[in-house]
Amino acid sequence: MVTPAQAPAVVTEPTAGSTRRRRGLTGNLLFFRNRKTVIGLVILGFFTVLALIGDLIAPYDPSLPSEVGLQPPSADHWLGTTLLGQDILSQILVGTRGVLFVGLLAGLLAAVLSVLVGVTAGFLGGIGDEGLSLLSNIFLVIPALPLIIIVAGLLPDAGGLTVALIIALTGWAWGARVLRAQTLSLRRRDFIEAARANGESTWRIIVFEILPNLTAVIASGFIGTVIFAILSEITLAFMGVTNISEWNWGTILFWAQSNQALALGAWWWFVPAGLCIAAVGTALTLINFGIDEFVNPRLRTTGKNAKILRARRIRARVGFTPVYRGTGKEQS
Amino acid sequence: MRYLLRRAAFYLLTAWAAITLNFLIPRMLPGDPVRSLIARFQGRISVEATESLYILFGLDEQKSLWQQYLDYWGNLLSGNLGLSFAYFPTPVVDIIEQSLPWTLALVGLSTILSFVLGTMLGVWVGWRRGTWADGLLPVTNFLSAIPYFWIGLIAIAVFAVAWPIFPASGGFDPGLIPSATPEFIGSAIYHGLLPAFTIVISSVAGWILGMRNMMVTVSSEDYVTVAHAKGLPERRVMIGYAARNAVLPNVSGFALSLGFIVGGTLVTEMVFTYPGIGYMLFQAVGAKDYPLMQGFFLIITLSVLVANMLADIAYAVLDPRTRQEG
Repeated sequence: MVTPAQAPAVVTEPTAGSTRRRRGLTGNLLFFRNRKTVIGLVILGFFTVLALIGDLIAPYDPSLPSEVGLQPPSADHWLGTTLLGQDILSQILVGTRGVLFVGLLAGLLAAVLSVLVGVTAGFLGGIGDEGLSLLSNIFLVIPALPLIIIVAGLLPDAGGLTVALIIALTGWAWGARVLRAQTLSLRRRDFIEAARANGESTWRIIVFEILPNLTAVIASGFIGTVIFAILSEITLAFMGVTNISEWNWGTILFWAQSNQALALGAWWWFVPAGLCIAAVGTALTLINFGIDEFVNPRLRTTGKNAKILRARRIRARVGFTPVYRGTGKEQS
Repeated sequence: MRYLLRRAAFYLLTAWAAITLNFLIPRMLPGDPVRSLIARFQGRISVEATESLYILFGLDEQKSLWQQYLDYWGNLLSGNLGLSFAYFPTPVVDIIEQSLPWTLALVGLSTILSFVLGTMLGVWVGWRRGTWADGLLPVTNFLSAIPYFWIGLIAIAVFAVAWPIFPASGGFDPGLIPSATPEFIGSAIYHGLLPAFTIVISSVAGWILGMRNMMVTVSSEDYVTVAHAKGLPERRVMIGYAARNAVLPNVSGFALSLGFIVGGTLVTEMVFTYPGIGYMLFQAVGAKDYPLMQGFFLIITLSVLVANMLADIAYAVLDPRTRQEG
């Protein structure tokens, strides 16, 4: 459960109280001290840099064929070449931008949609809540990937922007559901009641009192959607539904599959792209774990905490929650 | 009972929404590719078939949208989903009938297997947290971040090309004719093992993680402490007290993420050229076979809804609170 004190309070309003702001600050530092978060952020940062400068540092033109086809990794071509002699390293470097662009854009749009629907539903209650929850549940149950395939397939040569839009329109429901539940539990808290008694307008309460307390949930929903968007985008490119002349990691796998890379034993053609996808996905999941553990101290058992417990011969078992002292104070 | 009725009403509404979405999508998007395809088949298509395609894609501009919607439902209820372009002139319904059993067997069985396996592992890892069992977490984390189809590619590269113990593609030996003979069934199982293994490996991680986190949360509840204090055997506390309560969110999570999982497993079929819905959908996309794509979307959605319904019934069995009257 997120209590107001545990959520990373970015509150600047005096209503929040000074003690809460202090705790929020130490809380933020704690978030970055988590080893999982740091590893995740470093990997993600690495790929972000590649996305920005990928086409500058790529040694070859990714689409340019050459005479040396189907070469295993060598000094000239670090990751080998395709059947047509294109350099695979260059394809991956140039393709990073498309992957991250679509993932982040779709995640951002979906986060905005889920905040709009989820917070409104949770705050309004009554018939409006029923309607909006129903809408998000319907979108949650309808299988998103086939829907995306149908829409992208009907649009000739869908590019990155179109794909990001479609993914955002189908992927916002999970976040909305979680946000609604959190808003419901916040809505009757004392500090909201106090704000209401002060005569603050509904919009002011939502934007300045509720949203700051939902930061962790929104961030975790955003990252979840980015993972979903990247996997969907790569799957679409792999199927050849989207524009196959735009390089991304899925396009590489599409060409590898359609040129029988598996039967030719050309492992260098499909292994690097897959590992890159896995690395980005793992990085995002690690950041999400960091957020989860930040919000729910009971999940913090690995790393430093677990080592201390083991040294003291405490076995984390049933009946009590071993929370490291530094974090235990946070529970209010 | 009331709980199940409420859920049934929700699924009916969702089915209606999916069908209406299926009706609206081709009307909101530019219709020219479909029109040109129909024109290409002019003369080979009977007048009635052309008519039904016009209804499916809303190309008949003389009719009002409402009239088109009614016609669409009429078509749907009489089991007419149009003709496939790629497998002309086979009706879409026939193709669905052929490929659905393969998908149901492969995806259905391996998804259930993965859920059961993942939940059991999650119970164990959550109960023994702080020990070496936590070392399983980074592995599951890595596995859950990889797209299903890539694990499929690797599985083929290792177990079918480099070390050929399994067939790389197909649903049965091409020399056999589909029938209920033991020879054919054996061949089908043999061909299904590698794709099933891929699906289990790539989806099991999520269940382990979800169940583990729920176990950690539940195991500090008072009733677990009480069960311990009563001196009940550890196994009994773990299964009967902690796991029984922790499994509930996992089951409802299972229902909600089915749509997502099915999407991923369909792509696995494409990689293995498995003769199910996923592979056929891939073919339909490649051939720009719009009626087939639409028919597949409909049948996939309806199957997911039925599976959801079953998960809800399982939930009602596990959680006595839902069975309360009133």
